[in-house]
Amino acid sequence: MAKSIEELRQFSTQVRRDIVRMVTLAGCGHPGGSMSSADFLTALYCNEMKHDPASWKRDGKGQDMFVLSAGHVTPVYYSLLARCGYFPVEELATFRQFGARLQGHPSVQKGLPGVYQASGSLGQGLSVAAGLALAKKLDGDPERVFVMCGDGESEEGQIWEAGMFAVHHKLDNLVAMTDWNGQQIDGTVASVAGEGDLEAKWKAWDWNVIVADGHDFAAIAEAFAAARANKGSGKPTMILFKTDMGHGVDFMAGTCKWHGKAPNAEQCAEAMKQLGETPLGDF
Amino acid sequence: MSKYIDTGKKDTRSGFGAGLLEAGRKNPQVLALTADLKGSLKMDAFAAEFPDRFIQCGIAEANMVGAAAGLAIAGKIPFIGSFAEFVTGRVYDQLRQAVAYGKTNVKIASSHAGVTLGEDGATHQTMEDIALMRALPGMVVLNPCDYNQTKAATLAAAEYDGPVYLRFGRPGVPNFTPEDQPFEIGKALVMNEGKDVTLIATGHLVWESLQAAEALEAEGICAEVIDITTLKPLDEETILASVLKTKAVVVAEEHNMAGGLGEAVAGLLGRALPTPVEFINGGDRFGQTGTPSALLKAYGLDAAHIVEAAQKVLTRK
Repeated sequence: MAKSIEELRQFSTQVRRDIVRMVTLAGCGHPGGSMSSADFLTALYCNEMKHDPASWKRDGKGQDMFVLSAGHVTPVYYSLLARCGYFPVEELATFRQFGARLQGHPSVQKGLPGVYQASGSLGQGLSVAAGLALAKKLDGDPERVFVMCGDGESEEGQIWEAGMFAVHHKLDNLVAMTDWNGQQIDGTVASVAGEGDLEAKWKAWDWNVIVADGHDFAAIAEAFAAARANKGSGKPTMILFKTDMGHGVDFMAGTCKWHGKAPNAEQCAEAMKQLGETPLGDF
Repeated sequence: MSKYIDTGKKDTRSGFGAGLLEAGRKNPQVLALTADLKGSLKMDAFAAEFPDRFIQCGIAEANMVGAAAGLAIAGKIPFIGSFAEFVTGRVYDQLRQAVAYGKTNVKIASSHAGVTLGEDGATHQTMEDIALMRALPGMVVLNPCDYNQTKAATLAAAEYDGPVYLRFGRPGVPNFTPEDQPFEIGKALVMNEGKDVTLIATGHLVWESLQAAEALEAEGICAEVIDITTLKPLDEETILASVLKTKAVVVAEEHNMAGGLGEAVAGLLGRALPTPVEFINGGDRFGQTGTPSALLKAYGLDAAHIVEAAQKVLTRK
């Protein structure tokens, strides 16, 4: 059953608590982009995707599939997978530990349920998702493929190769999302490489482009509804979610400083205070 | 010695094209992808018979690798085809993450390998691809020697569950192995039995080694010739059994020294059976423009050079 906006807010708050606690426990990891994408990915996993964690198989037949192209935001990814039932929530405590299925970047080597493909070297996931979408077309499978890229990641040329491929092969069952938080490791995307107008660029690539506030659950739902309605158009969809890096904790928000840095115990406690507890409970 | 008859020159890439078509008829999951080189990769017949299963990717090799990985995750058996350099060096990180580390059942069809690509010159003639592909954990590396063997290797690659690098070439070369000989991944073939020296060769240089063995026989030297159909996993058993007998080795490949068959064999022998070895390879060089036969000679890869190397290694026994 679809979650209400209030339930989604609560869920994503718990996901943010998980993100900060996982990264603090590990002493490393990527909280910034995890927190910017937490809201729209929560809405995706809870309300939009047709998926059955209990019967998960890597070939994804008969299911909607999700590929994380910006592989470094494993904290948000693993939290969502665990909280949707792909593996026990307690396993989040093993993030980045030796021998863990929860590798620093997504891996299929140890068969972590919910993870379709390895990622981390940027720019590759959109191609993989396009291949999955093409396979669904070839097999007459009506379900869809979702993928999340970063705006910094979109400096990779392969993203734009995949952009051409998806249009050429009319992959209207492909929904890409860009976490448009404007930050990357060395500074703002504008200062590092000049992100330019992503909306105009994807329109020029002839995609169905939707721009939405990635922290407003009503706007996110509208964006997903528009993407759903696009099926049959022959065009792939790109949703550009405008977000803030580190959203939800004031000292982590709006800066690249928390792209790949762990809070200390004191900062973690302050973040927990700001986020507030939820009935879902910590891992 | 065993006599091999050249039944007429054929390019190994056409062997791939024939194998791909047959694999496609056997298994509806087999797909062919290319980056604007359908004709060069001899995919035309497959594309004509299975238009929905032929996927044109345009001049965008990195995306082709990723798309193939996605197709493989969903249960397809994609063959991605381009020139050897463009489907290895150009996309190494994609092959590493999306195919090898990602454990996807992608088959890399690598044509125009080595200097025998000919007149296009060094930008298109990779002599480093075997090294790159051997370095990837879990990657199977095949380098068949003629048309018939390349066709059989293609069928074997389609049936194998896991990433495979399949290397072949552009020019017409002697076709001399039996038609419809099954291809066993990981199995080297003793092409000629001998007792004085072992000539270990792969790809186009298997024929050159057989020619060298005939010339050596005229001098009273009995050379054993081994066809390394699979560079990884290497058939250590067949190599060691031969070298135990001959105690002298020449390794021949259309590839540079670094990371090639020569180093693989030297590593094996150093560990298990220290033996004098001479190497026939490109050394540490780029290719250049020329005809295939002129380049084989200029880079010291032809039968005459293999004969010299065998004579030299015999003095070191």
